[in-house]
Amino acid sequence: MEYAIVFLPLIGAIVSGFFGKITGDRFSEIFTSFLVSISTILSFVVFYFVVVQGYANNITIYSWITSGDLKVNWSIKIDALSSTMLVVVGIVSSLVHIYSIGYMVHDDCKTRFMSYLSLFTFAMLTLVTSDNFFQLFFGWEGVGLCSYLLIGFWYKKPSANAAAIKAFIVNRVGDFGFALGIFLIFYYFGTVNYSEVFAQIPFIVGKQINFLGIETNVITLICLLLFIGCMGKSAQIFLHTWLPDAMEGPTPVSALIHAATMVTAGVFLVVRCSPIFEYSQFALNFVCIVGMTTAFITATIALVQNDIKRIIAYSTCSQLGYMFFAAGIGAYHVAMFHLFTHAFFKALLFLGSGSVIHSFKNEQDIRLMGGVWKKIPYTWILMLIGTLALTGFPFLSGYYSKDAIIEFAYLKNSTIGFYVVFIGILTAIFTSIYSWRLFFKTFHGKYSNEKIIIENIHESPMIMLAPLILLAVGAIGSGYLFKDLFIGYGSSGEFWRNSILFLNPIINDHPPIWIILITPLLIMISIPISYYLFLKDKKILTKFVQSHKQVYEFLLNKWYFDELYDFIFVKPIKRLGLIFWKHGDIKTIDQFGPDGFAKLVKFFSNKAVQFQNGYIYHYAFVMLVGFSILLTYLILI
Amino acid sequence: MDQLNLIIPELFLTTSIMILLMLGVFYKNSFNLIFKLSTIVLLATFILLFNHSVDTSATLFNNSYTIDYLSLFMKALTLVACIFVMLSSFDYIKLIGINKIEYPILILSATLGMMIMISSYDLIVFYMGLELQSLSLYVLVSFNRDSYRSTEAGLKYFVLSALSSGLLLYGCSLIYGFSNSTNFDLISQNIDQFNTGSIFGIVFILVGLAFKVSAVPFHMWAPDVYEGSPTSVTAFFAIVPKVAALTVFIRFLYVPFINLVDQWQMIIIFISLASMILGAVAAIGQTNLKRLMAYSAIGHMGYALAGLATGSNEGIQSAVIYLSIYLLMNLGIFSCIFMMKRKDIFYEDIQDLSGLSKNHPIISVCLLVLLFSLAGIPPLAGFFAKFYVFMAVIKVEMYTLAIIGLITTVISAFYYLRIIKIIYFDDPKEIFEIDKNLGLKVSLFLSTIIILIYFIYPSLLIDMVSNINVI
Repeated sequence: MEYAIVFLPLIGAIVSGFFGKITGDRFSEIFTSFLVSISTILSFVVFYFVVVQGYANNITIYSWITSGDLKVNWSIKIDALSSTMLVVVGIVSSLVHIYSIGYMVHDDCKTRFMSYLSLFTFAMLTLVTSDNFFQLFFGWEGVGLCSYLLIGFWYKKPSANAAAIKAFIVNRVGDFGFALGIFLIFYYFGTVNYSEVFAQIPFIVGKQINFLGIETNVITLICLLLFIGCMGKSAQIFLHTWLPDAMEGPTPVSALIHAATMVTAGVFLVVRCSPIFEYSQFALNFVCIVGMTTAFITATIALVQNDIKRIIAYSTCSQLGYMFFAAGIGAYHVAMFHLFTHAFFKALLFLGSGSVIHSFKNEQDIRLMGGVWKKIPYTWILMLIGTLALTGFPFLSGYYSKDAIIEFAYLKNSTIGFYVVFIGILTAIFTSIYSWRLFFKTFHGKYSNEKIIIENIHESPMIMLAPLILLAVGAIGSGYLFKDLFIGYGSSGEFWRNSILFLNPIINDHPPIWIILITPLLIMISIPISYYLFLKDKKILTKFVQSHKQVYEFLLNKWYFDELYDFIFVKPIKRLGLIFWKHGDIKTIDQFGPDGFAKLVKFFSNKAVQFQNGYIYHYAFVMLVGFSILLTYLILI
Repeated sequence: MDQLNLIIPELFLTTSIMILLMLGVFYKNSFNLIFKLSTIVLLATFILLFNHSVDTSATLFNNSYTIDYLSLFMKALTLVACIFVMLSSFDYIKLIGINKIEYPILILSATLGMMIMISSYDLIVFYMGLELQSLSLYVLVSFNRDSYRSTEAGLKYFVLSALSSGLLLYGCSLIYGFSNSTNFDLISQNIDQFNTGSIFGIVFILVGLAFKVSAVPFHMWAPDVYEGSPTSVTAFFAIVPKVAALTVFIRFLYVPFINLVDQWQMIIIFISLASMILGAVAAIGQTNLKRLMAYSAIGHMGYALAGLATGSNEGIQSAVIYLSIYLLMNLGIFSCIFMMKRKDIFYEDIQDLSGLSKNHPIISVCLLVLLFSLAGIPPLAGFFAKFYVFMAVIKVEMYTLAIIGLITTVISAFYYLRIIKIIYFDDPKEIFEIDKNLGLKVSLFLSTIIILIYFIYPSLLIDMVSNINVI
């Protein structure tokens, strides 16, 4: 069963990728969707067993690398953590597969698209089911590759190619840290298997290592290096710039890879490595701070963006920040819970916005929308559910997970915990404002698109709406249904068991009533405020923008991260590359190397041809000269 | 009589030549018959070679003639090569109008001369063999006597060859003067490196021999002769005499002159380097396929000589392997050249191959394999040939030779690849006539296939050659 979960998507990818031309578009669409759906159903079965019977297993497929002390297996590790991820990946992936049949209807390369999607699913499943860091890295790079391929899916668009390359290179920075972390683990433990590494961790607490001339704690260093990888993959601050650009890819891709699954791999890794992180308070604080900074900064950027997908992308960054600071305060299970609920409502929002974009014939600017809620009622209501869930409206899924984070942070009763509470609430307000801004500007107000007349706006087909409805059900119910299982009292013993290590027992006190009420209250107040500001009376906002031009520009330009990187890294490296290319390569190596040599050979070749002039006395003369040289040489020595 | 038993192949060949000559004189227009009989005679001689056991090692006629494994292997190689050249050139000879009875008989007598050269163990016997071979070749080169280029080539070859023979003879007399003997064994006992006169003699003799293998700077005749003579003769030139010349090289260097290794090593290294470099560089500027093959031959002889320069058994063996594979590749290439004809006119320019792949895919693939092999690209036989030589050279720590050899390999790859480019990527020309000659097809496909699959079972050739132990 576990084999089928992991390998069915691979079969789909191979059949669709290599034989898609033979079998036809329709077949490969249905075939891949079917296989992924089966995989998902099986994932549910496994999840059920894990929940009910506490099922856990580690299946070794075969031994991958055996070299000296290094022994690495291909394996499928099933426990609470991986089965949760299986379910998340499976649901979103299968729904996205089905959705894509409708969304990509006008595209010429359907089989390629479906193949990439299935390949991605396979890579993601190997990532989450790994029992060692090597296979994890394989899956990590596999999803990175698929992400690259899918962002650049419309490879005829230069911006898509640029975005794909950007995503790949930024991730390379993270992966470099990640790989170093794995090397360090192998160096210290002589193994890369989770269970063996985790078992040895308590014995090396306090050990120091010299890294780049600085004495650091080994565990802290391992954690930080691994976390750099997470920052790249999960688009945390400094390495977040690729995610908004990744929206160049088709919308289903954004929903699957850049919202629900791949970007959460970083969170998954931190939770998976909780037995390491728990021993380094410094690393946890670092995770916490990075998470907070990301959550706050990206939320502020999202306030002023105009591209519907970019807003949601920044929102994703922000929510990932939530997950990280939840992990950073030691509430790994809450982080997983937020990951779980977030997958539903964020995929819903993305696919919903995809539906909007589909209706507007590939228009993505929310300033050119508005007033269409009666034309596309299903999309409207589904987006409404997504928005409510994201903002944390009471009793929808986001409410349970997001509030739980803030409550746990409060109960932590430490300085950093209070910071988290503050930032968490502040970011929640921002989230609410930008979400409603997006919602109102898209569906309400005046219709303001001049290219398409409003009569031509029509609802998306059923094949796109059906997955949305299922996701909406998840967005509404997943919080309420699973909160006891994931974060309820005793969940760490009954459900998570060995998959997450809590060094300090979870505090089960009740937080004061005001901390429970403050967030829902604030976000509910922000709905009418947003309505007023963005629809009723835009003048206030316009005036505010004019009087605070610089702040607005600062946010609109995304805190100038791209420009800064361009200035610090890209341009100098390009210039350096140009120097190496023009002066180093062409003018030095080529000129004196191959090119010069070729010219020399050509020159001598011409001489040699002329030398052979056909006169017999000339020939005889050459012979005698050669003979004389030999003779003279031999006599002289 | 016991000794005569060992030279039955030579005796048979001699008698056959005379009988065939008589036949030819008395039967009018008997070219076809004589030609076929000659081929059969060569085949029979080849079989007779194995009349005595393979391991026989003996010297006959007052130590002036030797039968050993080296001579057996080289004679067999000569005869096989000769048979295939005969088979593949039959149609060409008839079409170009040189189908005279003298042609096959001259080839037979040249072969006889080579066999004597290969077995010679005495300066006089060696010279007799050499002259028998040379005289036949002079005539063959200018055999198409109505062609201006053929006669010019014949004259050039004759004059320059006479010059080199003169040098060689002078060297022989010097050696005789300083060692009191013409026998190889005795010479090796009587001369040493403190004897300036014998050093003179060695230089003279080596220059004469270098002329025969067309090593730089004694190569000047080769391009003109290759281009000028009828293609069938060029094929013969490119393939057969090299065997005898290289054998004589091995014999001279490793028997009579073995005490002067340091001296001749310098000479061989010099001519080897010069040949490799010139062969690679000068061939780039050529437009005629036969002329190109001449420069290619110069270069390849450079590699074979590099193997000889090592002064080790391994080096000799690598040179012999190199030669064997080189013959095979050349046989294939010339078979292709024989196929380049339209309406009874033969074409021999590189540009005539333009776009060959469109009209003649099979020939193109064969040429592709052969040219890649000549360029030394793995896993074809040509790569292994070079590999063995360089291994031997590196083992005796002659790094300069190895490095320059590798560089020239890269340079020479250019002109082989250029031909491939012309064949596969240029605009096709008129279709060539399909040849019906079976011998030609067999030579082409056999050589191509052996080169292609050599890497599967290389030990076959290596085992045969590994019995050659001259030192």
